[in-house]
Amino acid sequence: MVDRVLDESVVRHIAQLARLKVTDEEIVLYQEQLSRILGYVEQLNEVDTRGVEPMAHPLPVVNVFREDSPQESWSADRAMANAPDHHESFFKLPKVLDQESA
Amino acid sequence: MRETAWDLSASVRTGKRSAVDVVREALDRLSGRDPRLKAFISSLPETAMQAASRIDSARQRGERLGPLAGVPVAVKDNLCAAKGITTCGSRILENYRAPYQAHVVDRLEAAGAILIGKTNLDEFAMGSSTENSAFFTTRNPWDTRSVAGGSSGGSAAAVAAGMVSGALGSDTGGSVRLPASFCGVVGLKPTYGRVSRFGLVAFGSSLDQIGILATDARDAALLLSVIAGHDARDSTSVCEPVPDYVTSLDRPLKGLRIGISEEYFGEGLAEDVRRTTEAAIKELEKQGAVTVSIHLPHMKYGVACYYIVSSAEASSNLARYDGVHFGHRAAKPKDAMDVYCSSRGEGFGAEVKRRIMLGTYALSSGYYDAYYLKALQVRRLIKRDFDRAFETVDVIASPVSPTTAFAIGEKAGDPLAMYLGDLYTLSANLAGLCAISVPCGFDRAGLPIGLQLLGPPFAEETLLSTAHQYQQFTDFHLQEPPLVAA
Repeated sequence: MVDRVLDESVVRHIAQLARLKVTDEEIVLYQEQLSRILGYVEQLNEVDTRGVEPMAHPLPVVNVFREDSPQESWSADRAMANAPDHHESFFKLPKVLDQESA
Repeated sequence: MRETAWDLSASVRTGKRSAVDVVREALDRLSGRDPRLKAFISSLPETAMQAASRIDSARQRGERLGPLAGVPVAVKDNLCAAKGITTCGSRILENYRAPYQAHVVDRLEAAGAILIGKTNLDEFAMGSSTENSAFFTTRNPWDTRSVAGGSSGGSAAAVAAGMVSGALGSDTGGSVRLPASFCGVVGLKPTYGRVSRFGLVAFGSSLDQIGILATDARDAALLLSVIAGHDARDSTSVCEPVPDYVTSLDRPLKGLRIGISEEYFGEGLAEDVRRTTEAAIKELEKQGAVTVSIHLPHMKYGVACYYIVSSAEASSNLARYDGVHFGHRAAKPKDAMDVYCSSRGEGFGAEVKRRIMLGTYALSSGYYDAYYLKALQVRRLIKRDFDRAFETVDVIASPVSPTTAFAIGEKAGDPLAMYLGDLYTLSANLAGLCAISVPCGFDRAGLPIGLQLLGPPFAEETLLSTAHQYQQFTDFHLQEPPLVAA
């Protein structure tokens, strides 16, 4: 196993990309745990994969199309039923604009 | 006494028993046994009794009843049902009322089955013990100090304890087969694409498959006949015809070629599990099967490959929980970004966050090729090993798990140790195979052990008939945990 610990700044960056608010304690924990897991994963480098086509999916299916015909869809009420906050048929959230650039 | 779906539906169809009586008894068992096991997140007594009386009225009118008429069933709480809540074992969906119902729940209801509750799971099906549920840990009916396995631990415990006669779970890396083996029931993971996933909350979309937990192979065949088949609402469900899995159960074992790979019997395998699995294979040989030695050289990379692929897919799938459209929203967010970050930070548990972080890292700029693409290439090599093996064998036999059920809390602080327990099951998902776990004995402590049979894509008939034939000359599947007998 590779003895390498993820830098704190990397873990903070990943949390930001993943849109996860994490505490300082969690950062330390994830540094340790993710480093161990990634150390274990390093063993994939033993495998010679030159010329091997990546496999994203087990089925040989490609795109599946349907007729482009009008169908009944949900009412706005039904679509809004689980919304934490909404105004009429709009999802509502706080201002986006004066947020600092991430 | 546990009752099979086969027997129960027959007695309801012939009018020997009313569906209302059957369902009332199931609900009584649920309220009597579940406080000790915690298999259920929610129960649906009113709608279940209403559905039961509709079955009885239909019978009185002389209507033909479905193959699961009056059979009490449960589904894992990551399958959407029109009634009640669908939590995925997560705080982020604690109050979520699904606006639509999973295809498999529609199919069960159309066949006359009665949904009596939604079962516990590791949050978003990420885990091997249900200890990652945001609500509580399900206990093993054979020993309540031990885990039921996961992530479909609630469904496995509910069947093992006789609270329902069949249940559905989901299997992304072993989440049906592992709890089936820990709880001493049959667990079937059908081929990728065999069963529509419409209404299954996504975890790893190239790996997820809905599976079955049942008391015996015949019930698993009956349930698969009901839920399998194409559904236009899931573009990954395939158009392969659905055979009658029950009639093909009588296929004899004679001449069946069973592949044995030393990769499944290596370091870390508990002695009791090894001995019991080998004895089960000997029994199959006695009945006319032949064993063939095979080699799966890339299997040992399965855990590393799986945790990159599944976490990458999870990080993408779980991006939809944003605190905006549905699910938990943090109180008093300071701006839109804070809605996302705080809602997700509060709503997700530790394991889910860990996997989102791992997957995000593996997909992030600069690491994508080294981790994600590399894992997808190794995945191809794992699949090729199986393709080659299935040129010379019909099924592959192995243990389901290196150990029997472990004690609650034993692995809770060590995620990697938990992941390593999935070594034998997850390659079936990576390669898109079908696989089944069949009870084959007990360890010294009296905890169940499962035999895994793996088959090539769409070989469910072979798996089910092999398991059924095995159950004709063994009685492990008839053993009941102490609290059922009590």
